[in-house]
Amino acid sequence: MAKEYSFYPGCSSQEAASSSNYLKSVQSMCDVLDIKLNVIPDWNCCSASIGYCGGGELPRLALSARNIALSEQHNAGQDIVATCAACWLATKETQERLDHDAGLMAETNEALAEAGLKLKNETKIRHMVEVLIEDIGYEEMGKHVKKPLDGIKIAGYVGCQTNRPFGIEGESFENPKYLDKFIETMGAEPVEKYDKKVSCCGGALAFSEPEKSQALIKDIIEAAYDGGADMIVTPCPVCQMNVEVYQDKINAKYGTKFHIPVTYYSTLMSVAYGKNGKESGLNGQIIKAEKLEAIAGK
Amino acid sequence: MSGMANEMKIGAYICNGCGIGDRLDSAQLESTAKRDGKAAICQQHDFLCSEAGVNMIQHDIDNEGVNRVVIAACSRRAKTDAFNFQNVALVRTNLREGVIWVRPDTDDQQETTQEMADDYIRMGCAEAKYAKPPAPSGEQSVNKNILIAGGGVSGMKAALEASRAGYPCTIVEKTGALGGATAQLYKKIPTKAPYADPEDTGVAEMIAAVEADSNITVYLNSTLTNTAGAPGRFAADITTESGSTETKDFGAIVQASGFSPYDASKLPEFAYGKNKDVVTQMELEALAKAANGGPIKRPSDGKEVSSVLFIQCAGQRSKKEGHLEHCSGYCCSASIKQAMYFKDQNADIETTVLFTDLRTPGAGGENFYRSGQNKGVSFRKGIASEVVDGANPTVKFKDLILDEDMSEEVDLVVLATGMVPNAGQPTRAQLTDQDNEDMASEKAGEEVEIRIDVESILNLDYRQGKDVPHMDNGFADSHFICFPYETQRTGIYTAGPVRRPMDSQQAMEDAVGAAMKAIGAAENSGLGRAQHPRVGDLSFPTFRKEGCTQCKRCTVECPFGAINEDEKGYPIYNESRCRRCGTCMGACPVRVISFENYSIDTVGQQLKAVDMPDEFSEKPRILVLACENDAYPALDMAAQNKLEYSAFTRIIPVRCLGSVSLSWITDSLNSGFDGIILMGCPSGDDYQCHFVKGSGTAQERMGKVGDTLQSLSLEQERVQTYEISITDIHKVPKIINDMVDTIEQIGMSPFKF
Amino acid sequence: MSDINTGMVEKYRNNFLKEVEANVEEGDWVKMCMQCGVCSGSCPMGPYWDHPPQELFMMIRAGKRDEVLTSTSMWMCTSCYNCIVRCPRELPITHIMHGLAHYATRLGIEPKGQPTRQFAQLFWDNLAKNGRVNELWLGVNLYFMNGLVEGIKVAMGMAGIGFGMLKAGRLSLKELVGGHTVKDKKGFKAMIKKAQELEAARIDNAQ
Repeated sequence: MAKEYSFYPGCSSQEAASSSNYLKSVQSMCDVLDIKLNVIPDWNCCSASIGYCGGGELPRLALSARNIALSEQHNAGQDIVATCAACWLATKETQERLDHDAGLMAETNEALAEAGLKLKNETKIRHMVEVLIEDIGYEEMGKHVKKPLDGIKIAGYVGCQTNRPFGIEGESFENPKYLDKFIETMGAEPVEKYDKKVSCCGGALAFSEPEKSQALIKDIIEAAYDGGADMIVTPCPVCQMNVEVYQDKINAKYGTKFHIPVTYYSTLMSVAYGKNGKESGLNGQIIKAEKLEAIAGK
Repeated sequence: MSGMANEMKIGAYICNGCGIGDRLDSAQLESTAKRDGKAAICQQHDFLCSEAGVNMIQHDIDNEGVNRVVIAACSRRAKTDAFNFQNVALVRTNLREGVIWVRPDTDDQQETTQEMADDYIRMGCAEAKYAKPPAPSGEQSVNKNILIAGGGVSGMKAALEASRAGYPCTIVEKTGALGGATAQLYKKIPTKAPYADPEDTGVAEMIAAVEADSNITVYLNSTLTNTAGAPGRFAADITTESGSTETKDFGAIVQASGFSPYDASKLPEFAYGKNKDVVTQMELEALAKAANGGPIKRPSDGKEVSSVLFIQCAGQRSKKEGHLEHCSGYCCSASIKQAMYFKDQNADIETTVLFTDLRTPGAGGENFYRSGQNKGVSFRKGIASEVVDGANPTVKFKDLILDEDMSEEVDLVVLATGMVPNAGQPTRAQLTDQDNEDMASEKAGEEVEIRIDVESILNLDYRQGKDVPHMDNGFADSHFICFPYETQRTGIYTAGPVRRPMDSQQAMEDAVGAAMKAIGAAENSGLGRAQHPRVGDLSFPTFRKEGCTQCKRCTVECPFGAINEDEKGYPIYNESRCRRCGTCMGACPVRVISFENYSIDTVGQQLKAVDMPDEFSEKPRILVLACENDAYPALDMAAQNKLEYSAFTRIIPVRCLGSVSLSWITDSLNSGFDGIILMGCPSGDDYQCHFVKGSGTAQERMGKVGDTLQSLSLEQERVQTYEISITDIHKVPKIINDMVDTIEQIGMSPFKF
Repeated sequence: MSDINTGMVEKYRNNFLKEVEANVEEGDWVKMCMQCGVCSGSCPMGPYWDHPPQELFMMIRAGKRDEVLTSTSMWMCTSCYNCIVRCPRELPITHIMHGLAHYATRLGIEPKGQPTRQFAQLFWDNLAKNGRVNELWLGVNLYFMNGLVEGIKVAMGMAGIGFGMLKAGRLSLKELVGGHTVKDKKGFKAMIKKAQELEAARIDNAQ
């Protein structure tokens, strides 16, 4: 029987949005693993971590509270699962803070009442990665591999918000191992000691402080090349975009010759599970993941 | 002395277990023991430390008159419980760690490995021949009474604990009341979870418990005007303020004489003494006591304090003239506590703690710091440069985070001045300026009164000085990690802030440790047994009066003040003060000092027993004199790790490098040894010598070896001294092998006869 | 200086720490900083802060109100949460930085031209409009935030990336008109408005 979850896709996973290819591969992956995702009806933006300027604490809490309340109303009893690091973080933070602060909880419900909603705040907020590790397990994930990703060396770039401040149970903040285990489980080779594994790509500051952020991104890519990587894989939409799309600009500024594909873990899994390029979201790559395409095309 | 000593009979026992029998020719070892070693009985056993093996030896002791037992098996540090025979001199010959484990098991090495083992058998028998079974002197019997100098919380705790263990205690307190510094406090740093608020001092309850204990006698307004004797037979003069003196006997002493607050008048830059609203922490305690939970009023005009600033490290952790170099350890927590006196009474009072490094030791320290922050105590990292006098004192400081010069005007300034230990007078040896002068005068036959303005605590009737020696920054300790509570005077243990800076809770924990040590000293010394580190050793040094030149070197060099002098300048040994290191033996230029089982001969005859190949044999001989405390265990561990060293090595363990007689060096050079390595513990400020000064003293003495080498026309490289820590497992084989290389370069000794 | 800012200065006088504790998100943690500096050393943007977090905390305690609130420092936060997980005192440093930035904005004394400040406001306005982010408009607004001429230059520079995203199907010109939205826009906006009112009642109107 399929495992069911209340799914919070988030703005960047919407149709024709920046990580729509992430959603595509997640759907293919879940299809194989018999995971059913029930989208939270009429979900809204979580305001990510950059909404703080315009939004005060309470309006921001209200945003995520609305999503949780909608989930509790329509997908009762199901854990909320997010694929985006920022969505997961904002929702989980909201849940924790309201859980600890009765005053804020009361005010939040007062605001929610304006939209005809009420928050119980009893829902577990999880990242897709947690579902895979905790509910599916590495062994089960490995059983479905039809096309092992032999001969591909991959730098597992965990980034920030999937890792901090909550992270994945049992993993360290400084050197989480799960992404490397995903890579291994799919038959590829992880880069050992990828020393920018949990470094920051600049996040939203890639827009507002492009030069400073690109300096960070350069180091992340350089470390992957130093480790002999053919490609980079990440669980975070912002990481994916920042590390993939600025390579030409970085090359122009630093005289580097970066051209390394950056995909999601779900892309790897879809390909390894025998899905074709389109189903795996490979057509969403700006820098083509040629090695994955070759396997998917077989 | 044992009567059996005259009818010496050596029994040598060779173990074939642990691979010894496979690697060595036991039959040859046996014949070496009999022929060269003159062993009356020599037996082999496949498993010597087994019950059967031990019984075999015991049988010979009981029935064959064997009184010198040579165990040729494993290291002397192994199987000590099995090889434990009474009323015999026991010698351990190390064939396992000392031979087979450090040598490769190859045919081409067999000859030199066997030679090594044969030599160790000869050396063991030679040692046995000159060793006598040690016996206690009977100098004292067990005296369970414990003297406690000081009636603060350390002293009271020591008394209560010792009393509970069944040892009667006498507290001698200089002031008119028990309680010490802790009794001056309004409240103390919390000792229990959640470590959030100041706690009642508990002093009243403690005093009541002491007074109710019939096993504890308290002398108030009293001092120790003379303390003579040794562990097990201390005789202390307790003199009251009125002048009456009573002499009582004790088995051991706990010195819990506490501290004095640093004299803040040495800090004019902080306007202390000039502005009444600049006070010390101790003075603030008095203000808090007076307020008793109400608003604290400042001294100048009685105004209720609305802002207070604490200057941490006032006159301490500083190398400035007149300042204390050490961290007193308790003052950061004390300032947090005192800031809470204000905050708990009125949260609007501004309290600032100005610190450079906030240190809150102990289990609850961090919680207490957090609690202070939670209560709104402000912590600023900065250095105060000046307190400007005025209607309100103004503190000028540099904020180290903001990197800015700032100033704060407050109602009250509190100086966190530190602890000065009440450790009494420095010893003669520590009075370096006057020392030489005194010694010179004494040689001329004059007795010189040492001029010191510090009052003595114990007034010891010891040749070396009236109090226990001071260590870093004047605290009376021995080795703060290895031997807590131990002083350099056996049977006298320090507890509390006299030993190192600490708060009252730590002081009480300290007191328990010191009380236990004191109990151990009273018991051991009553049986004539040594204290730490040679616990239970029955041997003790004696001297041959005929040869003594009254040079006093033994009395000066003894690290523990164990030796007094009679009116003619001959040494008087105090067995129970002695830790059996042998530094006196190493010091004696005329070689008249010896222990029953450790003497000039027990070592000197060993090195002479080594079979010396001739100059052209290409078989040099390297003698290693290794301290049994660190170097010898390091060598054993090297062997356990199967690290190889040269088969030309002959190792003799010594009690301390301080016990090494220069005659051994001269004799071994004359016997044809090509190289000599001395391995002792690290000396100096961060010494690890188990006898405090032994290795350092040896280093000094070895300076003279150069002359010996020169007079024999030998190269200086032939004698080398190393400081070895117990962890230098990989270093020791390398030192030995390097010496072999050196000999290869400079050539063999010509003194092979 | 806005009225609300003047009001806050009046209300808290010299006690900026109290002002922060009362009005800044997670501000009551500021006093718990033990000045170890691990946050400052862990920040990926560390070199660009005028005053790294540790110093901001000390400045708050030292009452340096204007210097803190007008600073560009906290706008350098990338929300990487490194400081939070490494802080031995477990201060929610990231949130305090956001809180300080927001509070400065609320008082109207934030560094107005600071690019992250501008982008952060655009982001909020964008999401508050339809309940979901319109990435195309976010980009367009971002590039033109410093005026038309500057905007065309920036946009030309970014055209390659935009074109790549379009080609990969990760950006749609359809978003120019309409685009993604929540269905219950009315309820959504009412909720935000209510939340803003409640917060204002706590902070702005409590001067």
